[in-house]
Amino acid sequence: MPKEETEEYLEAMLDLSAGGRAVKTTALAERLGVAPASATEAVQRLCRDGLVSYEPYKGASLTPKGREAASRVKRKHRLLEVFLTRVLRMAPRKAHVEACRMEHSLSDDTEEALCRSLHGPDCCPDGDPIPPCDRDVESCATCIASPRPSGKRDRGQAVPLTSMQPGRTARVLFVRGGRAVVKRLCDLGLTPGTQVRLLRSAPMRGPVEVRVRGCDLAIGRGIALKVFVEDPGSAA
Amino acid sequence: MSCHGEQPSTKRPRGAGPVIALVGNANVGKSAIFNQLTGLEQAVGNWPGKTVEKAEGVLLHRGRRIRVIDLPGTYSLLARSEDERITRDFLVGQGADVIINVVDATALERNLYLSVQLLGIGTPVVVALNLVDVARKRGMIVDARRLRRLLGTEVVPTVAVQGTGVHELVDAALRVRNRPRRETPEIMRYGPEVERRIGKLEALLGPQRKGVPARWAAIKLLEGDTRLLRRLSRSRPDLANAVGILSGELSDIHREPASTVIAAERYALVGRLAREAQDLAPEGRRRGAEWLDSASMHPVWGYVLLIVIMLGILAFISVFGGWAATAIERAFESVNPGASEWWGALAWNGGAVGLYAALGVALGFLLPFYFILSLLENSGYLPRLAFLMDRPCHAMGLHGKAAVPLITAFGCNVPACVGCRIIENRRDRLIATFLSTLVPCSARTAVILGIVGTFMGPLWAMALYLVDFAIIIGLGRLLHRTMRGASVGIIMEIPPYRWPVPRLVARQAWARFRPFLVTAVPLIVLGSLAIECLRLAHALDEITAWMEPVTVAWLGLPAFTGVLFILGILRKEAAVVLLASVAGTVNIPSVMTPVQMFVFALVIMLYIPCIATIAALGREVGWRTAGLITAAEIGLAILAGGLAFRLLSPFL
Repeated sequence: MPKEETEEYLEAMLDLSAGGRAVKTTALAERLGVAPASATEAVQRLCRDGLVSYEPYKGASLTPKGREAASRVKRKHRLLEVFLTRVLRMAPRKAHVEACRMEHSLSDDTEEALCRSLHGPDCCPDGDPIPPCDRDVESCATCIASPRPSGKRDRGQAVPLTSMQPGRTARVLFVRGGRAVVKRLCDLGLTPGTQVRLLRSAPMRGPVEVRVRGCDLAIGRGIALKVFVEDPGSAA
Repeated sequence: MSCHGEQPSTKRPRGAGPVIALVGNANVGKSAIFNQLTGLEQAVGNWPGKTVEKAEGVLLHRGRRIRVIDLPGTYSLLARSEDERITRDFLVGQGADVIINVVDATALERNLYLSVQLLGIGTPVVVALNLVDVARKRGMIVDARRLRRLLGTEVVPTVAVQGTGVHELVDAALRVRNRPRRETPEIMRYGPEVERRIGKLEALLGPQRKGVPARWAAIKLLEGDTRLLRRLSRSRPDLANAVGILSGELSDIHREPASTVIAAERYALVGRLAREAQDLAPEGRRRGAEWLDSASMHPVWGYVLLIVIMLGILAFISVFGGWAATAIERAFESVNPGASEWWGALAWNGGAVGLYAALGVALGFLLPFYFILSLLENSGYLPRLAFLMDRPCHAMGLHGKAAVPLITAFGCNVPACVGCRIIENRRDRLIATFLSTLVPCSARTAVILGIVGTFMGPLWAMALYLVDFAIIIGLGRLLHRTMRGASVGIIMEIPPYRWPVPRLVARQAWARFRPFLVTAVPLIVLGSLAIECLRLAHALDEITAWMEPVTVAWLGLPAFTGVLFILGILRKEAAVVLLASVAGTVNIPSVMTPVQMFVFALVIMLYIPCIATIAALGREVGWRTAGLITAAEIGLAILAGGLAFRLLSPFL
């Protein structure tokens, strides 16, 4: 299911399930203007993705993961509405339609920047509250005052590959070192964002062996020291 | 040893039939497919970097002559190391009419990373989906038809070692040869930020750049391809500027170099392709025997196993070789007619003795060694060895990758010299090449075991090896200290273990052994005859007298060994084989003391690379450096031999 469609369903679910009620698929279909059959099918797919739980005869409700995703889209939608009406002075009705389209392609970083440039609005032009962000910031004031984006919300501390425990898995954050080395590591699949598992390290500060994208690589200690992964401890 | 293949020509004769190039990651079975197609014997083994030069063969397929080129493995077309550059230059130079992209079905994602780059290069591509049998066993089912649709080109499942699918592959290659190029499929597009910049640059470059499509050139330029950039800044400096600005924008957005951004995006799109094309069984037996990896790379047991394997090989070959050589000698001597006329002595002492001595070395020492080496290569143990040896190699200023050519050098120094190309860094490569010419190859093993091992016992043979290793390590350290530049560490794929295919192991051992049988044995017999002639003519003494200041005065050897050092330049094992004819007896201890045997073997081991190795050295590092290395080794051998003579004489 395309990302856009998923997000539309989640948003509708969030609106209809106010107060924690289960949502009937017929209500969902009516709201989104689709056939009941396709709404049922979509809910089943969301179920498989773990975003929605479904009980026959009662209806569907958002899982914690689904609720989080839905709130994020909602937040983007309402921030965009504020931007379009307050800064670009568009009509609220038009702003709502535009925001519906733009919310799906808005990156988390832009969303953050938007929030700060609007000085952290609380509610949208209609008066509905904007769901708060879940970034690791002290307060909205410090966030607005800081000159740079706070970075990814789930970004743990960067530690070198060599300090991982054998058998643990972590995400590659960045790779430093000479051009040729970085290039070689990238070619072999060790790109930023990739999951990497430390299989073993040789004794006496020898090389390490890692598994990445289903392949095993031996990497010399000197190079492995410059491959930074998310500290598994701080990410949890 | 002359186990080096034919040098393929780089020129391409026109009108000689279509040219098919085999391209793919290292260790995916390109050479196996090549051998299946051409009937030739390219080295096959389970470790990355076997093929370092392109090999060429001819295939007759349905009445057509097709030239097939086996290219060294590469992970990307933005080549950095020597072997990768060969592949890239060949493809960019439009050397091929069709590319067969060999893909390892068990590591689809990483292999498709290269496919995606190949598909844009302009030459028609067929994908050989190799190792489908292994993939299926591990629960990875790749749907060839779905992959064909996604990539927009032919995909043929193959099992190269069995020859399954290789002829369908050629049919497909001939089919796509003249098919018009298609648009880049939607799934093979990068993210919008990257795609926009590719589009801009593509428009600036114009439709074609020296036969390479503009889109391909644009991507490579953004990735920072030095060769393309240099050419561009000469012809269109304004465009080179634009490239700088566009790739700068990319790296600003992601705070990573543009090449990393593009690599990450390419892996993202390749990940989508792989997920679409393959059905995965639940994680579990995805990689075969994990316990074998844990054991063979264990911090303690791994090294114990390594030492046991190496000693086992040495002991086996020494015992088996001694037994076989004696058995062959007995068989021959039992039919000795015992002629006393001069022509009878010439025929027997020159011809027959030369022949059985050569056969003894060949069948006793070389053949089993090649067999074991092929076994090790095919199983996948060599990369593990590189992993284990990385840290010890640092003592010599090298990294673990050097361990692989250094180990193969025990078989023959020639492929080892060439094999050092898998080391990316020029300085490391030079050190490794130098050191690999000092590794006791099978010919030297024949000398060591045939003289010292047989007449002085295995412990003395072991001592000789240790002396050699000490010299290699010492020299490595010295070079590491004195040569400028820093060593770059190891980055090497560790392929899963595979059961060696007995047929392949046997064929490969035979392929290495055959040159010895057809060129060396006749040479040794001829040399033996020549020496016998000289001896009968009483001319031998003249030659040896000339070398006496070194051989007798400094090294303390019998005068007759002088001529052996000259013959040993041709082939080292000739020295031990011909020792019998020069000394006039097979009973070596009756003419040489233990000290003399030890010193003789030591000097033979060190004094000069054999002629084939010198030739390989000259090609790899240049003739001047090759000359220097040779001179250094002569000096080293004379020094070490003289010292050994003076140190050992009081004790033995």
